[in-house]
Amino acid sequence: MQKATSFILDLELTEIKSLNAQYVLMKFRDENPLPPMQPGQFAEVRVDGSPNTYLRRPVSINFVDIERNEVWMLIQIVGDGTKTLAKAQVGDKINMILPLGKSFTLPQPNEKVLLIGGGVGVAPLLMLGQQLQELNIPVSFLLGARSAGDLLELDEFSKYGTVYTTTEDGSAGEKGYVTQHSLLNTAAFNRIYTCGPKPMMLSVASYARKHAIECEVSLENMMACGIGACLCCVEDTTEGNLCVCKEGPVFNTNVLKW
Amino acid sequence: MVNQKINLNGLELKNPVLTASGTFGFGEEFTDYMDLSRIGGIVVKGTTIRHREGNPYPRMAETPSGMLNAVGLQNKGVRYFSENIYPRIKDYDTNVIVNVSGSTIEDYVETAEIIQELSQIPGIELNISCPNVKQGGMTFGTSCVEAAKVVAAVRKVYKRHLMVKLTPNVTDITEIARAVEAEGADSVSLINTLLGMAIDAEKRRPVLSTITGGLSGACVKPIALRMVWQTANAVKIPVVGLGGISSAADAIEFLLAGASAIQVGTANFIDPAISPKIAEGIVEYCERHGFQSVSELTGAMIVG
Repeated sequence: MQKATSFILDLELTEIKSLNAQYVLMKFRDENPLPPMQPGQFAEVRVDGSPNTYLRRPVSINFVDIERNEVWMLIQIVGDGTKTLAKAQVGDKINMILPLGKSFTLPQPNEKVLLIGGGVGVAPLLMLGQQLQELNIPVSFLLGARSAGDLLELDEFSKYGTVYTTTEDGSAGEKGYVTQHSLLNTAAFNRIYTCGPKPMMLSVASYARKHAIECEVSLENMMACGIGACLCCVEDTTEGNLCVCKEGPVFNTNVLKW
Repeated sequence: MVNQKINLNGLELKNPVLTASGTFGFGEEFTDYMDLSRIGGIVVKGTTIRHREGNPYPRMAETPSGMLNAVGLQNKGVRYFSENIYPRIKDYDTNVIVNVSGSTIEDYVETAEIIQELSQIPGIELNISCPNVKQGGMTFGTSCVEAAKVVAAVRKVYKRHLMVKLTPNVTDITEIARAVEAEGADSVSLINTLLGMAIDAEKRRPVLSTITGGLSGACVKPIALRMVWQTANAVKIPVVGLGGISSAADAIEFLLAGASAIQVGTANFIDPAISPKIAEGIVEYCERHGFQSVSELTGAMIVG
């Protein structure tokens, strides 16, 4: 039998920080060393307590603090599941399966990379930025949100690269959508990594295609199992219906029918 | 020591816990979390004669204590299974049962013939109950005549254990069970999913691409239990109970109602390590209640 790569763990909540009315940052630790995790992978988090949260919730891995043996998750409060999760108290044990899915592909040395995130979709890009910095690859982040208060973890992102921002109302950075940022007219990139609302990713993918830039997107299709068993979260690709949980969530846009 | 072995009309199970088709992949997806040798068997993802892409996304909707699915038998076809997947899973230390579906009787027969060539597959589960395909599937399972025809045709060519999976979307499931028993089924498994639907009221659109889908999970358990009890009282062949089983206590209810074995389905999504825990819990129950063997639980409900 092959060695396990993902595990069912009861992780202890060590910190929960409200970032604004809609987002919380949760940090979890374990007594034992956490399993190796890669940027773009996710966890299936169990939310107990209500008939309306029957299935696990897929949550991106935001960051891994190896020294503190902590994994960070950025939660957008959208429904019953995330609402319940955000009420957890420090010290609570939360059951999760992790890490799951395929990670972003690392660039070739000398490639210029741009990480584009929108809303809660910025989550996996923090860990990716940190990993790229460790590889001495200069990182540019282009982060978009509705308004200044919705730009998340800017202090964290700025540790690993140059941060450019857009807001729809112009309250921070350039006004408009990420794909309208002036950076895209002035700088040439070889590779884009993106995660965020689907219209944003579609628009980023179309920009990348137009400029022949390699582009990887992280998808958030509705999931049940998270481990490739139920075949519910499929994306229609050039290779047929593929499970986002197992064959993704990161896909090169070349295989998507976008 | 409680004897956990179950003889399912010739099919030897080391314990009564199987995993349900469509909820357990090919078993490989679960080896990170549990030891497959600790359960009686796995029923692998539904197989058809030809490759099927399944239904378009979205294919699932969460519902109170359950979920709807409309996967639509996505699979790479039985030849791909026998050439590529079978070699990887054939040596599992448990029974590997293949779920077989089709659009026509010929499809079922041809698929069963190909599976018969695979010496380490001790049985098939004939799926005449999938609610998510346009042709075949549930239409065979909702008519006594059609169900009898397909079972008779497969029985002629398939010599190993023939389990027939029944749909609850009928007026009287016991009539279908009797019809397939009469044509030589070795066991029946029930229930497949209940036909249901969900609407996103804000968008005024159905949640599933197919509008309707199959309901599963804890919410269906009382219905499944009732149907297992009715069927166990109507046929002589063993009944394999499934529908919302999420704990050993649930599994024991199905055994007491008359099931000889059980399948764990949607609960695998919530706890991928649950099936061996259910097997252990059944043993613990037997010890507590003074049963020497798990098979004594079958039909042991006390009435009156």
